[in-house]
Amino acid sequence: MTAGKVLMCGNEALGEAAILAGVDAYFGYPITPQNEVTAYMSKRMPEEGKVFLQCESELAAINMVFGAAATGKRAMTSSSSPGISLMQEGISYLAGAQLPSVVVNVMRGGPGLGNIAPSQGDYFQATRGGGHGDYRTFVLGPSTVQELVDCMQLAFDLADAYRMTTVVLADGILGQMMEPVTFEKKPGRKLPPKDWALTGADGRDQHIVRSLWLKEGVLEQLNYELQEKYRLAEKNEVICEQDRIEDADIIVVAYGVAARIVRGAVTRARREGIKAGWIRPVTLWPFPSEQISKAANKFRMFLVVEFSCGQMVEDVKLAVAGKAPVLFYGRPAGGIPTVEDVLDKIVQLTLNPEHLKKRT
Amino acid sequence: MKTIFERTPTFKDCVTHYCPGCGHGIAHRLIAEAVDELEIRGRTIGIAPVGCSVLAYDYIDVDMVEVAHGRAPAVATGMKRTNPDRIIFSYQGDGDLAAIGTGEIIHAANRGEQITVIFINNAVFGMTGGQMAPTTMLGQVTATTQRGRKTEADGYPLKVAELLSILPGTVYVERCALSSPARIRQAKKAVKHAFELQIKGAKGLSLVELLSTCPTYWRMPPAESMQWIETEMVKVFPLGCLKDISNTGQ
Repeated sequence: MTAGKVLMCGNEALGEAAILAGVDAYFGYPITPQNEVTAYMSKRMPEEGKVFLQCESELAAINMVFGAAATGKRAMTSSSSPGISLMQEGISYLAGAQLPSVVVNVMRGGPGLGNIAPSQGDYFQATRGGGHGDYRTFVLGPSTVQELVDCMQLAFDLADAYRMTTVVLADGILGQMMEPVTFEKKPGRKLPPKDWALTGADGRDQHIVRSLWLKEGVLEQLNYELQEKYRLAEKNEVICEQDRIEDADIIVVAYGVAARIVRGAVTRARREGIKAGWIRPVTLWPFPSEQISKAANKFRMFLVVEFSCGQMVEDVKLAVAGKAPVLFYGRPAGGIPTVEDVLDKIVQLTLNPEHLKKRT
Repeated sequence: MKTIFERTPTFKDCVTHYCPGCGHGIAHRLIAEAVDELEIRGRTIGIAPVGCSVLAYDYIDVDMVEVAHGRAPAVATGMKRTNPDRIIFSYQGDGDLAAIGTGEIIHAANRGEQITVIFINNAVFGMTGGQMAPTTMLGQVTATTQRGRKTEADGYPLKVAELLSILPGTVYVERCALSSPARIRQAKKAVKHAFELQIKGAKGLSLVELLSTCPTYWRMPPAESMQWIETEMVKVFPLGCLKDISNTGQ
């Protein structure tokens, strides 16, 4: 990969970033709008002497990730919403077996086969675990192609550090959009040795990677241990950006590409004299509840904007805990709000007659 | 005193959870013996399925993983592709391999994954309580075919070994039975050969189907179960080598 700035679409850029982050194996199945990842990796992974495999299904893809991860390798897959649904069984097993992995979801419209337009409709699925059982995955919500690139190293590091799955939650816009990006190898964090990995029991006791625990109380104990790990992640791994919230009468909360639209709308609102600010969760799990709760200590309005019928808004409400009104504006399944749409909402909600008059 | 038989070290010295007369214990021992005789314990990784043999790692003393129902060939693929110098085997029952995991085994075989698959066919789902498997015999009474399996409703016993043997991606497919000492000796040869091919780097998947007993859900005493393999099962699932590239000079 050449140094300096290059123009790349998000799907290809995230593939290159994964290679830079030291991915050993990529397993994928075609689905729009993330096909560029699979195609890109089919070319680049063999060039790097790494494993690329086009699988027979998303079920196979996530289980190949499981197999490679169980031997201590850095493995990933990518897909879009319907494919991610199929992977949920595997992600639950990864959580139970405490195997690190990275899953990229370039979200499209649902439910069902839905469409191939950008969407943020999989927030619930990603942030609640997604499959069966009491578990969590890290969820990163990048908003630019550069941030998508930068979050791949973090995704693998978090996965390895906590022996968890990291879901990179992008959408069709981010996957398809071309932006200038730079690739920079960062040192990454210090990671524990994978002394649990299956490598062949040469001169040592057998290693077992499993998620079945039948003896009474054992699985309950494992669940408590998982929860402890999740609490630690909530304490240490939250990433969140905010701007102009100190004096704000209204704070708009959004993630991913929606946050870019919000940023534009807030800037325009400020220009019109409305005291607006924004908060952008970068980690969707762990969620920046503390930051939002702190912002709600002063009475002001919260507006959550999503490319969905309202999913993250529930987390914002939980964080605000009744201290302030939380309102929602969003469009699902390919309906993309414009800066003007969001600005209109801000103006309506702040109910300043001067602004309303000016705009009519 | 002269030792004429001893437990192979990779087969753990413990009591298994299997029912009296079950074939899993025999099959586990054959794998452990092959691993020890080929001296590959230090580089072997095994995959346990969902089914009665889910706890195979409690008995076979190699690095092992337990995986989702039917997905063992995909997990094996992920392991072998990233660790070509390791010996990867999966151990799957007929529900695991021939029902829920049909897609995974066919595609792993078709890609020519260099793995060894030990497939236990006992014509029934054991762990869940004796329901019909794809390999259940016509007329066989199970929890879900209470008047016997009928083709109109349930189709035919699935011949996995035959299906896989026609794929160019398989290098070795043999069906054996665990129904008598002579049959078990032949099964041992087959299991060992399947591992040997992988060690030699043969360019494809090897599978040994083992006809095995389930006295509990066949509702038969163990000895009668062994007889039932000989008199009934082998008629539908004929024994023998269906494919071996080392015989054809390929």
